[in-house]
Amino acid sequence: MTASLLTVASWAVLLLLFTGFVSLLLHRRQGLMITVCFSIACVASALAIFAGFYSVSSGSTSQVIIAVGLPDLPFHLRLDPLAGFFMTVVGLLSLIVSVYSFGYVRHISAKRPVTRLVIFYALFLAGMLMVVLADDALFFLISWEVMAAASYFLVMFEDERVENRRAALLYMVVAHVGAIAILLSFGIMSGLATGFEGFHGYTFDAMRQAQFPPQWATAAFLLAFFGFGAKAGIIPLHVWLPEAHPVAPSNISALMSGVMLKTAIYGMVRVAFDLIRTFPWWWGALVLIVGLLSAVMGVLFALMQNDLKRLLAYSSVENIGIILIGIGLAMIFTSFQMPLLAGLALIAGLYHVLNHAMFKGLLFMGAGAVIHATHERNMERMGGLIHVLPWTSALFLVGCVSISGLPPFNGFASEWLTFQAFLLSPSLPSPLMKLLIPMGAALLALTAALSAACFVKAFGITFLGHWRGPHNPHIHEVNLPMRLGMIMAAILCLVLGILPTIMIDWMDKVPEQLVGTSIGQTAGAFGWMWLTPVAREHASYSGPIVFLVILSVIVVAWLLLHVRKGSIRRVPLWDCGFEKVTVRMQYTSTSFAMPIRRIFGFMFTIREQVRLDPRAAHRLFPGTIHYYLRVRDRFQVWLYRPLITASFRISRLVGRLQQGRIQAYLIYSFVTIIILLMFMR
Amino acid sequence: MNVYPFITEILQILLVLAISPAFVGWVRALKCWSQGRTTAGMLQPYRDIMKLFAKDVFLAENASWIFRFTPYLVFGTAVLAGGIIPMLSVDLPLSATADVIVLVALFAIARFFTTLAGMDIGTAFGGMGSSREMTIASLSEPAMLMAIFTISLAARSTSLSQIVQVIYSGQSVLRPSMAFAFLAFVLISLAETGRIPVDNPATHLELTMIHEAMILEYSGRHLALIEWAGMMKLTLFMALGAALFFPWGIDNSGSAAGAFLSLVFLLLKLAAGGVVLVLIETGLAKMRLFRLTEFLGSAFLMATLGMLSFFILE
Repeated sequence: MTASLLTVASWAVLLLLFTGFVSLLLHRRQGLMITVCFSIACVASALAIFAGFYSVSSGSTSQVIIAVGLPDLPFHLRLDPLAGFFMTVVGLLSLIVSVYSFGYVRHISAKRPVTRLVIFYALFLAGMLMVVLADDALFFLISWEVMAAASYFLVMFEDERVENRRAALLYMVVAHVGAIAILLSFGIMSGLATGFEGFHGYTFDAMRQAQFPPQWATAAFLLAFFGFGAKAGIIPLHVWLPEAHPVAPSNISALMSGVMLKTAIYGMVRVAFDLIRTFPWWWGALVLIVGLLSAVMGVLFALMQNDLKRLLAYSSVENIGIILIGIGLAMIFTSFQMPLLAGLALIAGLYHVLNHAMFKGLLFMGAGAVIHATHERNMERMGGLIHVLPWTSALFLVGCVSISGLPPFNGFASEWLTFQAFLLSPSLPSPLMKLLIPMGAALLALTAALSAACFVKAFGITFLGHWRGPHNPHIHEVNLPMRLGMIMAAILCLVLGILPTIMIDWMDKVPEQLVGTSIGQTAGAFGWMWLTPVAREHASYSGPIVFLVILSVIVVAWLLLHVRKGSIRRVPLWDCGFEKVTVRMQYTSTSFAMPIRRIFGFMFTIREQVRLDPRAAHRLFPGTIHYYLRVRDRFQVWLYRPLITASFRISRLVGRLQQGRIQAYLIYSFVTIIILLMFMR
Repeated sequence: MNVYPFITEILQILLVLAISPAFVGWVRALKCWSQGRTTAGMLQPYRDIMKLFAKDVFLAENASWIFRFTPYLVFGTAVLAGGIIPMLSVDLPLSATADVIVLVALFAIARFFTTLAGMDIGTAFGGMGSSREMTIASLSEPAMLMAIFTISLAARSTSLSQIVQVIYSGQSVLRPSMAFAFLAFVLISLAETGRIPVDNPATHLELTMIHEAMILEYSGRHLALIEWAGMMKLTLFMALGAALFFPWGIDNSGSAAGAFLSLVFLLLKLAAGGVVLVLIETGLAKMRLFRLTEFLGSAFLMATLGMLSFFILE
């Protein structure tokens, strides 16, 4: 059974790789290619879900060695509960997005050939599945690069625009800086596992058996945290996210934000809990602090955006932060030998991984539908779409409510668990930790409240009010497959929110594998309706009852009040007796965020200018007013600008060596050989 | 199976529905007296609600389903919250469905939809109210949770009935941390329920209104539901404060006499709470929007001090 699960998972990967060839064969018949290839992708995703789901629920581990790759360095594959969990997440969202893509890619294919998109889509999915299956450093890095390269080409898909090419390049640079760090980290671990003579240290099994000296373990962890953090988009390595996500096709953004970032979380968990295993508390504290920083700053940056997809990209930074808070707490608890609490925190983090995949996938798909319908990315020129896009708006709203952490949807369930994990920190033996960790809970509360503000803005400006654009385009609802994909994600958001106990019971094998305990005994002790993470006296939450009570009160109130028929009258908007209300009087995205921009202004680099038209007759009666506002990351100004200038300066200096004359190059080699002979005797 | 807690539960929800307009009437009457005006009587809120229910709804032409759905949702969450906070008895069936964090989130979901409804029509007022409301909420929510965490650290639980029982059993009487948390809670309650100095429930002056700006376009039964839910929210925050900091009198035994006694205590506490609220409101002026950061910042500071003193002193 267990070995066959790994076979199923490998079949999913092979099917996806095979899809690439199919799409080449069907290049001339784009419509057929889309149908065939995304059908195969759906089947492959379903297989991945099956394999992942059962490997978690059975709690079993299976390994296989494939004799491909370099001689004497075969690939190792392994499916354990941790890999199975992430495989389920990847499979779930790729199934949903593949359904959505039937409709979405068909729209794109009306304008341009989509063969490239389909090939790299399949490769991208295959790469993500391979990353979680990999059980040696070599195969892991190859899969990691397949995933990164495929997503690079997907970001580049509309490569006639300069901004797309720039974003893709930035993404590639950050991905590779990260990949180098991961490579070095694996290098340290594999070197210490077998000594630098043998080659067999590259398997994860060898690393699991090794004992690392503390300083080397720290170096390996920090490198891995940096490398995976660059992929996950932690602050301050997040710069590529808001550039790459908006320019990619929306189904790709959904996958990149929903699951690709999660493979980086997978990498961190794998390295910390599975490969290194024992660590000091400050590693956890570092992860926690970085998580808190990413969460708060991510959501603040998100609030300042006017581009719908950039807003969602920054909000991914925030959610990665929330996930890292859970992981960091789990690491702290583990290092103090408190497995039960570590299990709870880990479950909270991992549950948020699953939840974020669902609602962020939904939101990016919704944003794709909006952008397809309006040909507009700037929220300042949208509005009133709820009347023309009834399905999209309702589904997008589900995503907004979920991501804002409101009951009874799924975002709340995982944030609630994270709060509970925070509240258990006073049982830590260290007084400093006791004191500081509850402050983290306050920051998490700030994040949750700000993200609600952010998504009120995103939904309210985009879908409510009146159309703000210059002209009124003909907008119509998106096609059936796109709606179907979003409906699937929305249903999952609700189900994961009201039945967290069942999901936690299923996920429980992951902490059992990693920290040696399970919380299912207590979390589901009172049946599927009650979530009681530690004990019923401590805290309990019942999603289904909250949902049903609110629902029934709404129904009762509505029925009671609609006994009298025809009592609603539609009238024009009350304009306070002045002139006609115009759409330009509405609040905009910029004005909605203004109070928060002013309060948290110290976090941004803001340039604001108001210029009056100099041709006006009198300065008190200006004809036109120009308003200029630019809000930027401090990190871009403080960290990246100097970095970029420095690297240009160094390149220019090094460039002087390049004379273009063969005599000069001969001297260089001669001098190099002399120096080497002197030092390397 | 014991049906008694379920009866208490239903009674309590009905009680909250019934007395919240009277409580608001009491606060308004006190305010009138303290400012030397004539009152409309404690029963005026009932008459207002009845009048609004009887009226037709005028809906703007471009109002979407969100605008019509919001009043019911806001009302629904208020009713659910009324079933969670222990008032008549500690042993409530709904109390276990939600702890304090869920309670805060319930108010947050009502606020989420109210702000959306404010933006639905597309007027400047609606957007202004929504923007300000979310700004204030994002500052007050961390402070609120810090205050709650301080209490739940002492009680080792976030479940409301558990907190009440712990305080009841005398394990945490007159702790310094509780005093700080209480001060923070008072400041936050003023912000959350939209009272002076944060918001003025009696104003329709464009530059100062926040909550009223969002619901400006409502009429008829929609407005009645929102107004009623707002009255319930004020009552519930009073009851929450009473349950967290002054739980004495809440029935612990599960008898009818105990429930009656806790009803008497509840009414007394609400009456006293109304006096305090009016003293605060009469003594203070409404603050400018950007002064609120200091106000809510000090609430956060109080809560943090409470937490520090819990670890250092206790």
